[in-house]
Amino acid sequence: MRLEPIAAPSLARRLGLPALALAATVLVASALAMLAGADPLATLGLILQGAVGSKFAALETLNRATPLIFTGLAVAVAFRAKLWNIGAEAQLYAGALLTVVVGTQAGLPGPLALPLMAGAAVLAGALVLLGPVLLKTRMGVDEVVTTLLLNFIMALLISYLLEGPLKDPMGMGWPKSPALPRDARLPRLAEGLRLHWGFALALICAAGIWLMQTRTTLGYEIRAVGLSPQAARFAGIPVGRVLVKTALISGGLAALAGFSEVAGLKGNLTADLSPGFGYTGIIVAMLALLHPLGVVVSALFVAGIFVGADSMSRAAGVPTYIADMLLATALLFMVLALLLTRMRVVRG
Amino acid sequence: MTELFDILMQASFWAAVLRIASPLIFATMGELICERAGVLNLGIEGIMVIGAFTGWIAVYAGLGLWPGVGVALLAGMAFGALHATLTVPFGLSQHVVGLGITLLATATASFAYRLALPEVTSPPRIEPFAPLHIPGLSDLPWLGEALFSQTALTWAGFGLAGMVAFVLYRTPLGLALRAAGENPQAVAAQGLSVTGLRMGAVIAGSGLMAVGGAFLTMSAFSSFFFEMVNGRGWICIALVVFGAWRPGKALLGALLFAGFDALQIRMQQTPLGQVVPYQVFLMVPYLLSILALILMSRRAEIPAALMTPFNRGER
Repeated sequence: MRLEPIAAPSLARRLGLPALALAATVLVASALAMLAGADPLATLGLILQGAVGSKFAALETLNRATPLIFTGLAVAVAFRAKLWNIGAEAQLYAGALLTVVVGTQAGLPGPLALPLMAGAAVLAGALVLLGPVLLKTRMGVDEVVTTLLLNFIMALLISYLLEGPLKDPMGMGWPKSPALPRDARLPRLAEGLRLHWGFALALICAAGIWLMQTRTTLGYEIRAVGLSPQAARFAGIPVGRVLVKTALISGGLAALAGFSEVAGLKGNLTADLSPGFGYTGIIVAMLALLHPLGVVVSALFVAGIFVGADSMSRAAGVPTYIADMLLATALLFMVLALLLTRMRVVRG
Repeated sequence: MTELFDILMQASFWAAVLRIASPLIFATMGELICERAGVLNLGIEGIMVIGAFTGWIAVYAGLGLWPGVGVALLAGMAFGALHATLTVPFGLSQHVVGLGITLLATATASFAYRLALPEVTSPPRIEPFAPLHIPGLSDLPWLGEALFSQTALTWAGFGLAGMVAFVLYRTPLGLALRAAGENPQAVAAQGLSVTGLRMGAVIAGSGLMAVGGAFLTMSAFSSFFFEMVNGRGWICIALVVFGAWRPGKALLGALLFAGFDALQIRMQQTPLGQVVPYQVFLMVPYLLSILALILMSRRAEIPAALMTPFNRGER
């Protein structure tokens, strides 16, 4: 077999194939539920109900989506430039770390606390990604492996800090940081609503990235570098500098996930702050076709699957890991479906 | 310094080096085969997890140790076949597919673990491979413990490295495989199937990665834990670069790396370990991997067609 480009893919092809990918994912989910001895339709219903079936469930999904919007954006921005940032997890923790360090400083003026914390977090996340990107542009070191390895190094650094210098003296021996004071917490969006300003900030970032990509020179340059670094260089675009700028934005966005989780939800830093938000951000970004506004939709979808699977698992006894399997399957089906919208398989 | 000398004089240190190197050797050889044929396999981390899980659960279910290794091999090959199908004939991004395979394989292991053992709080143990007694050699003072107290799986790993080197450089198949990673057009012009060669390499390589994972549960430890692979797959990708895509050098790299890893574990017990937090020691393997990548970055041995899909329709 070989592949042949399709000059003008029909609308049916462009919509039908992704829909088919989602349908195939649902089929896999049903098969997994049956494997676990549960009724497939009931399982899917319980996931849906657990994700959006009540006000509490929907708010839980929005809360879970918030860090995923940030990490999804971080990955989407970087992948657009073919900068393989797989280190959003490390950048998230760097952001969370600086959020706590700055936020717990005594004598921080109230109204300035949050902007300072966010700024420090963004800077930290950007710097964590800057290293691998400079190694890539200056020495040709592949960034996939360096960013991946930094995730493990960062986890150990956080573990050390939480057992040592950052340990909460009132924490009954648990490895956790002191709690942020009231002024350093992100307020809730509305009184009595269990949703904080981190969610709004995530939406603003998505809109901002969309404007940057469609309305600015940098957005154009990032796309050009992603399509072909050689052609971009030939067109006079400073490829290295564009990659560095992309990295600063990407790392900063991932760090905001850490800022928002600590200042908006948890109030302190623990080693289990992120259950893999950085890695899940890759799925979020890919399902959104790297589109910043699509990231919001796909983060809500992914968060819904996780929250729904948690609640379904308690009720139906299907392991909650069904969510991870579903999303990985969806990712692989989706990239294949997208290829087949542009290409046709021919024999021989 | 005397502590360092003391450690190097311990027979158990050298035994640990060989033990730590074993899973890395299997997985590094697997990745090397894939990359020499032109495919970057980022599924390695997840495939090691699935190998660790399937080998262990097969033995727990009553299979023998070697059949258990076979189960792990087959499980790895299955995920390899998925990876190969998506990246070779369809030419999808090797980055995205590889990460997708890692996520899928890791999730599959977790899901299957919970299905098989819904109630347990700590994973059951199996009777792992015992050290292979080599008459004469294993009884030598010091040397016997240092070098000849390993399980059969470790020896299989060294044998594998030799076999990979032999196949790659001494057989027509190896030549075709290397050419598929350097100049696929030339391979196709010879009437050989680039698609077939690359798919075969990815499937075989993925099987070896899974055996590397199985070493962890079936030889090094005796149970399965979710986090047990812990970045070893990514380290193996760095080792392939460090070894300049050559089996011999990659084998040396794995041993050198295992040496530093065994050393950092023992350094934690010395007076230095009283001053330096243990997390710094645990960072050493990851930092070394990054350092290895930087040191080797200027060298040009990288397969020319690595990560370039081949489509016969295109010229």
